[in-house]
Amino acid sequence: MSAALAVRLTDLRFRWQAGAPCCLDIPSLAIAAGERVFIYGASGSGKSTLLGLLAGVHRPEAGYVEILGQDLGQLSGSGRDRFRVDHIGFIFQQFNLIPYLPVLDNVLLPCRFSRRRLAEARRDGKSEQAEARRLLEALGLEGQLLAQPAHRLSVGQQQRVAAARALIGRPELIIADEPTSALDADRQDDFLDLLLEECAAQASPLLFVSHDHRLASHFTRELSLAALNRASLP
Amino acid sequence: MSALLRIALLSAWNRRLTLGLTVLAIALAVALLLGVERSRVAARTSFAQSVSGTDLILGARTSPVQLMLYSVFRIGGATHDIGWDSYEAIARHPDVAWSIPLALGDSHRGFPVVGTNAAYFEHFRYGRERKLALAQGRPFAGLFETVLGAEVARRLGYRLGDRITLSHGSGAPNLAEHDDKPFTVVGILAPTGTPVDHSLHVSLEAITAIHLDWQGGAPIPGVRIAAAHVEKFDLRPKTLTAALIGLKQRAAVFKVQRDINRYADEPLLAALPGVALDELWRVVALVEQVLLGISALVVAVGLAGLVAVILASLGERRRELAVLRSVGAGPRHILALLALEGGGVTLAGIGLGLVGLELLAWLAGPLLEARLGLTLALQGVTLAELQRLAAVAATGMAASLLPAALAYRRALGDGLTPRL
Repeated sequence: MSAALAVRLTDLRFRWQAGAPCCLDIPSLAIAAGERVFIYGASGSGKSTLLGLLAGVHRPEAGYVEILGQDLGQLSGSGRDRFRVDHIGFIFQQFNLIPYLPVLDNVLLPCRFSRRRLAEARRDGKSEQAEARRLLEALGLEGQLLAQPAHRLSVGQQQRVAAARALIGRPELIIADEPTSALDADRQDDFLDLLLEECAAQASPLLFVSHDHRLASHFTRELSLAALNRASLP
Repeated sequence: MSALLRIALLSAWNRRLTLGLTVLAIALAVALLLGVERSRVAARTSFAQSVSGTDLILGARTSPVQLMLYSVFRIGGATHDIGWDSYEAIARHPDVAWSIPLALGDSHRGFPVVGTNAAYFEHFRYGRERKLALAQGRPFAGLFETVLGAEVARRLGYRLGDRITLSHGSGAPNLAEHDDKPFTVVGILAPTGTPVDHSLHVSLEAITAIHLDWQGGAPIPGVRIAAAHVEKFDLRPKTLTAALIGLKQRAAVFKVQRDINRYADEPLLAALPGVALDELWRVVALVEQVLLGISALVVAVGLAGLVAVILASLGERRRELAVLRSVGAGPRHILALLALEGGGVTLAGIGLGLVGLELLAWLAGPLLEARLGLTLALQGVTLAELQRLAAVAATGMAASLLPAALAYRRALGDGLTPRL
């Protein structure tokens, strides 16, 4: 049992309802702490479900999920909620932000729910707001924009805000679910470069899920969900 | 928790139109609920205050409620008079301390005219043992002199020295006028918030005088007795409508009542004002219950609207709640967020309703007091009202748990990416 592993799945099985066909059946998956992994999967292949299991919002029918050395099955519901916000940063395809909250508040959300993330954001003796500004600036957002409600921003800007939110407080794992699919091709590469740069800067492993195979070249490892998941075999 | 509160507030602000209207609906419902109760209490207080000093009401045999209504509140009319001799006999009863004779039946532009004597200004009590006070002028002394209630003078714009004529009967204009015998205003009473404000007071002799050339409710044809000549006639009253009686000792009230009810020469009735009022309220209670029931229903409609609005918002907020889940909010937080919203809207509605009601009382209070004698003035929230408000608040919060529970279940099922 190595703490160096960011993610370890063993004999994972999941179905939405009892009696429904098995949705995921993954004998084994391991991701090391320093990796940047690209998981490829077509639409409807169970990508989001897998992420739900990694985040601890869904519970597996069998097998176990270990994140950063912690067996999620041993945590209570609220324990998993706390673990998730303490250790994992999420970026989604779209509707990432709370539309009526100002940009800065959106970025600071994990610090509101997690003392650990708050403490990490304040690590260098500055305020968490300063850290949020630093991240946003690094991702190319600054000035007046930060006080605007999130819904005033363009889709590309919103995705960068979401990235800043995932990164704040240095979570030990970043999970991204199709974060680029709402962007056009040029912007996709720009965004990915920024994201990878920041992940590297704070040494957070990145688990990137997408149906878009062209992006795979940015990553250190590429996996196919279809190959991992026995349930999807015809 | 403070983070959650900020999110709840900003989220509510984001939907301020629908939530604002919901707050308004609850506020109106609450104002209605309390308003109905306050008017009820105000009406009862006002009625009770109008007869506070009187131990017994004497009149012709009828129902006690009717006797009280026409003698004290000047609502409706007497079917029978009582003889002056009977009144004098009762007034001499050893237990009777004072009595105020009342001769009703005439009016001035819709306001009742009360024929009485000096005892009225001496012994009449209203509110908490308060005596009538003159705002201007003096009590009537001469034959064709009148003292006006505060509201009569204010509404008709009369001043001391004005000359007015009385009409026979009460109610609508175009009644037969006693226009040959005008009265001079010699006094105006200070406001009391009782039916006294709406009355004109003249002497008993004046009532006799204006009816000298009348018979059976109409002037006798061909007979005109000029005002200057009436003093030659015997103006002592022959009949009365009613009398208010004060006793030397309250304890004797049932004895005197029995004596009056058994009076041999004429069928008389002595009514206890408190008992008669209770009887009246028993009649009115049904209407009050219906009103209260309707206001409770209105509150229920308001709260149902609240639940509907929050439920309807859940669809559009599904993403928002999923985002909150992904940044660490547990299902408990989602539950709290929605319960907070429902509770907040309910409390805001209750607060606004109270403020609105007080504002209304402040704006319309003087008008109601003048027109109806209802005192709806600014008042603190009573314990009974507090209980009602607590019941509304509890119901509102309980009702908002329904959408909260639904959101909780969805938050569990949806995970991080809601399936729409």
